[in-house]
Amino acid sequence: MDATTTTMPALATYSLRLGDDALVLSHRLAEWVTNAPQLEEDVALGNIGLDLLGQARTLLSYAGEVEGAGRSEDDLAYLRDERDFLNVHLVERPNDDFAVSMARQLFFSTYQLALQEGLLSSADETLAGVAGKAVKEVDYHRDHATQWVLRLGDGTEESHRRMQAGLEQMWPYVDELFATDELEQSLVAAGVAVDASSLRPGWDAYVDGVLAEATLTRPEGLRTPPGGGRRGVHTEALGYLLAEMQHLHRAHPGATW
Amino acid sequence: MTTHQLSASGRRIRRPEADNPAGRVWDAAAAVLDPEVSVLTIADLGVLRDVEVRDDGTAVVTITPTYSGCPAMDVIRRDVEDAVRSAGFAAVEVRTVLSPAWTTDWMTDEGRRALSAYGIAPPSPRRGGPVALALSVRCPQCGSPRTRESSRFGSTACKSLWVCEECREPFDHFKAI
Repeated sequence: MDATTTTMPALATYSLRLGDDALVLSHRLAEWVTNAPQLEEDVALGNIGLDLLGQARTLLSYAGEVEGAGRSEDDLAYLRDERDFLNVHLVERPNDDFAVSMARQLFFSTYQLALQEGLLSSADETLAGVAGKAVKEVDYHRDHATQWVLRLGDGTEESHRRMQAGLEQMWPYVDELFATDELEQSLVAAGVAVDASSLRPGWDAYVDGVLAEATLTRPEGLRTPPGGGRRGVHTEALGYLLAEMQHLHRAHPGATW
Repeated sequence: MTTHQLSASGRRIRRPEADNPAGRVWDAAAAVLDPEVSVLTIADLGVLRDVEVRDDGTAVVTITPTYSGCPAMDVIRRDVEDAVRSAGFAAVEVRTVLSPAWTTDWMTDEGRRALSAYGIAPPSPRRGGPVALALSVRCPQCGSPRTRESSRFGSTACKSLWVCEECREPFDHFKAI
């Protein structure tokens, strides 16, 4: 267990979890800019990443404020190491094929929309405030992912094959989204957090609907990795992502522009 | 400068009475332009929420972001500080609040007209859910309703890309959220 999760108040840790999901996925989406299949897609993925980055900034700042140790959003984003990041594995997985990334967008945005809808009534004013903005933004994200999954799944033989492969590549990381733990439950009891496990039925219904319309098959029987992102245990991919994301800040400490 | 401004949804944006210090702070802050859509003031946009002058003379201006990640917020914050300082307030504090969350309904009618004249189709009123059905976005160039969305995401977080089938011009639409 690392320093972050053992010493931070539960609320700070929870805020960091949500913030790290948004931060890491925003970085993955930024990697698509100039590499997407069309210019509009560069713009769309850049915009979705920007929304997530905005959410991350508020959540990380808040985590630092609640922790009370003087860490800023930048300290938390750039000066923590891999084991201190609390995001789920889904968001850190490499982009790979466009269809793989669209599968991730569908899975994550469907989860995130339901989560943020739940947080609208959080007893914590900041989490509820972030949710108030996020629900409107993520609704667009989910719609964007849905359109692509439909278009690729119900498109050509090749696009269908690659979309199905994309679903199967990201599917093993879905269960972790809905794993709850003691820390989350303590905040659920206080009316602050949402029980992630309660979001699964709604997620299944939405995703199944999209897959059926897209003529895709819901993956079954795939091995589920043990997860652990919420405890700072990550896949190999996160270290490389952080190396790129944090390099400039660490090479020039305190630089501004 | 106008007194109370009324947004399209009838939301009253708080502007203090004209002749007190808070009124002067409001007028200075209200004239700051959105750096990404330079025909809209932050008051027209509905980003300016409230002003207050504390007993010690500090001017406190409250703003709210349109989108969580709107990169214009840092510039707006700086511009508000400069504008209020120029209006004679040495100490200026700019606060950012998230709730109630900004929606396109906070935009004033004047703001909508300015957008349209600038070539950006103004947001449609929101209906029910967070994503409005944009069925009748009129081309800001020729006024035709025969338009189609080419991408839901445009040059900034708040806009989508459209094309007019009549005059063939592409245009930005300030999307309803």
